[in-house]
Amino acid sequence: MKPTDISAPDYLHKVVDCQWACPAHTPVPEYIRQIAAGDFAAAYLLNWRSNVFPGILGRVCDRPCEPACRRGRVDKEPVAICRLKRVAADFKEDIHELLPKAPTVKNGKRIACVGAGPASLTVARDLAVQGYSVTVFDSGQSAGGMMRSQIPKFRLPDSVIDEECGYVAGLDVELRQNEWIGSLRELLAGNWDAVFVGTGAPRGRDADLPGRKEAAAHIHVGIDWLANVAFGHVTKIARRVIVLGGGNTAMDCCRSARRLGGEDVHVVVRSGFDEMKASPWEKEDAIHEGIPIHNYLVQKAFTHDNGRLTGVLFEKVQAEYDAAGRRSLVPTGEPDVHRECDEVLLAIGQENAFTWIERDIGVEFDRHGMPVLDAKTLQSTLPRVFFGGDAALGPKNIITAVAQGHEAAISIDLFCRNEPLTQRPGPLVNLVSQKMGIHEWSYDNHVSEEARRKVPVKTLEEALKDIKLEFELGYDLKLACGETERCLNCDVATVFTPKLCIECDACVDICPTECITFTANGEEDELRGRLKAPAKNREQALYLAEGLKTGRVMVKDENVCLHCGMCAERCPTGAWDMQKFTIDVAQAGAEAPRS
Amino acid sequence: MTYLAKPKLLSADAPRNALGYTRRDYEGAISTLCAGCGHDSISAAIVQACFDLDIEPHKVAKLSGIGCSSKTPDYFLGNSHGFNSVHGRMPSVLTGAALANRNLIYLGVSGDGDSASIGIGQFAHAMRRGVNMTYIVENNGVYGLTKGQFSATADKGSKSKKGVLNSDSPIDLAALALQLGATYVARSFSGDKEQLVPLIKGALCHNGPALIDVLSPCVTFNNHSGSTRSYDYVRQHNEAVNRVEVILPRDPIEASYPPGSLRRIVQHDGSILHLRKLDIDYDPSDRIGAINHLQERQALGEIVTGLLYVDSSAQDMHSHLNTVEKPLNQLGDAYLCPGSKALHALNDALM
Repeated sequence: MKPTDISAPDYLHKVVDCQWACPAHTPVPEYIRQIAAGDFAAAYLLNWRSNVFPGILGRVCDRPCEPACRRGRVDKEPVAICRLKRVAADFKEDIHELLPKAPTVKNGKRIACVGAGPASLTVARDLAVQGYSVTVFDSGQSAGGMMRSQIPKFRLPDSVIDEECGYVAGLDVELRQNEWIGSLRELLAGNWDAVFVGTGAPRGRDADLPGRKEAAAHIHVGIDWLANVAFGHVTKIARRVIVLGGGNTAMDCCRSARRLGGEDVHVVVRSGFDEMKASPWEKEDAIHEGIPIHNYLVQKAFTHDNGRLTGVLFEKVQAEYDAAGRRSLVPTGEPDVHRECDEVLLAIGQENAFTWIERDIGVEFDRHGMPVLDAKTLQSTLPRVFFGGDAALGPKNIITAVAQGHEAAISIDLFCRNEPLTQRPGPLVNLVSQKMGIHEWSYDNHVSEEARRKVPVKTLEEALKDIKLEFELGYDLKLACGETERCLNCDVATVFTPKLCIECDACVDICPTECITFTANGEEDELRGRLKAPAKNREQALYLAEGLKTGRVMVKDENVCLHCGMCAERCPTGAWDMQKFTIDVAQAGAEAPRS
Repeated sequence: MTYLAKPKLLSADAPRNALGYTRRDYEGAISTLCAGCGHDSISAAIVQACFDLDIEPHKVAKLSGIGCSSKTPDYFLGNSHGFNSVHGRMPSVLTGAALANRNLIYLGVSGDGDSASIGIGQFAHAMRRGVNMTYIVENNGVYGLTKGQFSATADKGSKSKKGVLNSDSPIDLAALALQLGATYVARSFSGDKEQLVPLIKGALCHNGPALIDVLSPCVTFNNHSGSTRSYDYVRQHNEAVNRVEVILPRDPIEASYPPGSLRRIVQHDGSILHLRKLDIDYDPSDRIGAINHLQERQALGEIVTGLLYVDSSAQDMHSHLNTVEKPLNQLGDAYLCPGSKALHALNDALM
């Protein structure tokens, strides 16, 4: 196996599992340390730079970082990264003075963003600070897009959306609410230097089944219904409700229904419970609110009595897997199940709708009706039109929309400067020793063995009474500080210098997870099998260094390293050192590499 | 050393032995020795050996004297019996313990100061009496605790950290043990666990006095050029006569070696020592040959390591003394005081 080049930015970035997993590459361990130090404003701003909406994401992020968290591989549960983000947002002081200002002298380029959701607002923020004049068109009354219309207020209060959209607006970004763009051709006639389309996936999938038309008054498309609830157009629901679908929208629908008078609310999903798309914690919350989830049932028909919905008929299915592991749902042959209800909410998927984009202006669409894009630059076939968020590559989540917004902003910036879009700026990377003394490091290397803190919530009785009452209370400072201690500081990397090593084995002996081995080199597969603890997780790299006097190599399995620094404390020669790895992923305006 | 206790977090993939223990379960408190001390590696090798042999920690008694080496029993086998005795007196305390309860595995840990200076008389008698024990000498050639004066095993002509040359002749504990009747004698190096761990396993399985002289560099006072106990010097002058593999009766035998290169020794408890010969002429069952070989090579400046001598049919002190099988504290009153009838019978027998 070849020696590892830790100077390649991706190598140590991957070791910081949470940051690598985050689409926007938020520097998680650094902001957790800042929270531990009580510097909430700094933690907030670090988040703000990467993900633009820390207060919103601290409540409703899909948290790809948490399943990736190293702690989850050595302990029962990962660090509550998402909820710590909320702590930074909740406890910070007024940060207006600390935010960057848009330059007073503009660069003369005009950018239009369509939609005021997370993708558009990210583009607007990234470009506004670079001197662009950005105008955001949105059909809603206030900015936020689906964050405002789809997510129930008991999970995400309006005040948080107002605050964080306000920070973007404060950068001289012109937010034009209540302006529906009905024609891209007309918009393009306005001589914009670039147009960004961040209109989301605004159409909920319908279920064209027998009885749908007849009972239409009692069957609602979930995301439309949620928007109506969000804006106060819908304030109650019938007693017995069935929610069809197994994603997070279904969870929002059923929990909202519970708060609007639905006493007997059930979720019915085609797949198995474990394969549901909804995040595990959202399923838990729904079950906690007394909502049963029934699985392996496919809707066949809506039953009605002269247009009054009486229930839904389901076919029982089971999962079967072919040789390639692909799942298909096959009828079990058992009798159909009829479940009575008074109203149905459909949360079976979302679709894009680009009716407002003329098909003859140069923006090409594929056979699924999605724009043809360069996946990296997010540029459409009409060079000055860019896409991002759910509108670009299909429905995902807020943090992905933000990440795509950053990429689109880089592309727009390069495009406006007449530079090639493919020569994209690289990250800024730094690696600095944390050694302060023989046993002292500038980070807290003590490894907490405590369990994940539960987030305090309102009592069920209170929560179900008021749909606008935020259900989660967030961590208080004591819980937050305890939880920060659980972070393993994966960005403080173990760096090995072979020429200093005397091969005394001190690091091998002290390593609590037995991840260091000195042995003869070999092919990676074979090497993985003969380490002190076999390295079975192929997704995690082996750190290999050569140049030792005996001709052996040092192999460290990155998988379960606790970053406790014991190897470095035990090393008599300083061959091991703990060095903080910082990676600042490029945003619009960063220098592109010179070729 | 480090101030932090080792975190208990462990991957679910961490290896477990037949008893369900991980290596971590055989550890002790966090070491307070200098960072890079060879003794810590020996502690880790003992942990590994006990893990591999599926030894129940409560079946082990670890005893030591005074010195850096004798602190180490605190750092391994935290769930075993331990006794930190007077300077150099570990062998006699251990002998007493072994006489009182022969059902434990006895592990004596000592250093070159503890065993070759103040305790040499004790060392000699434990060997010649045939106490069933594993005697590990953590040999670094200096008195580390008192800032690096030469010990009795330091080579003549070797240089101290301050530049002083040693003018005294060294004691070779392995050669001495051979001469005194030890039935398992080995030498190894703390920086070579592949050699050391099997030697400790073989010793733990051996029925009789087993001495392992482990060269263990003192990273603070004896790891400079001019020292003959530094990591570099030992690596450069290490002449292993064989490599040992310990095979328990339950293990499948997989390895195959070219004819003549392997020697198979079955020990008293059924464990099998596979000796892969590195020096084809070396015979580890020849006590006199072993002593001669050690002397010859030492004259050439080489450090002979490996399993130097083993007597597979060794008998220990208990068989010499014809002692009772049961531990003394388990003998009931009826057995210990058989009554006046038995006394009369005994008296009559003496008439």
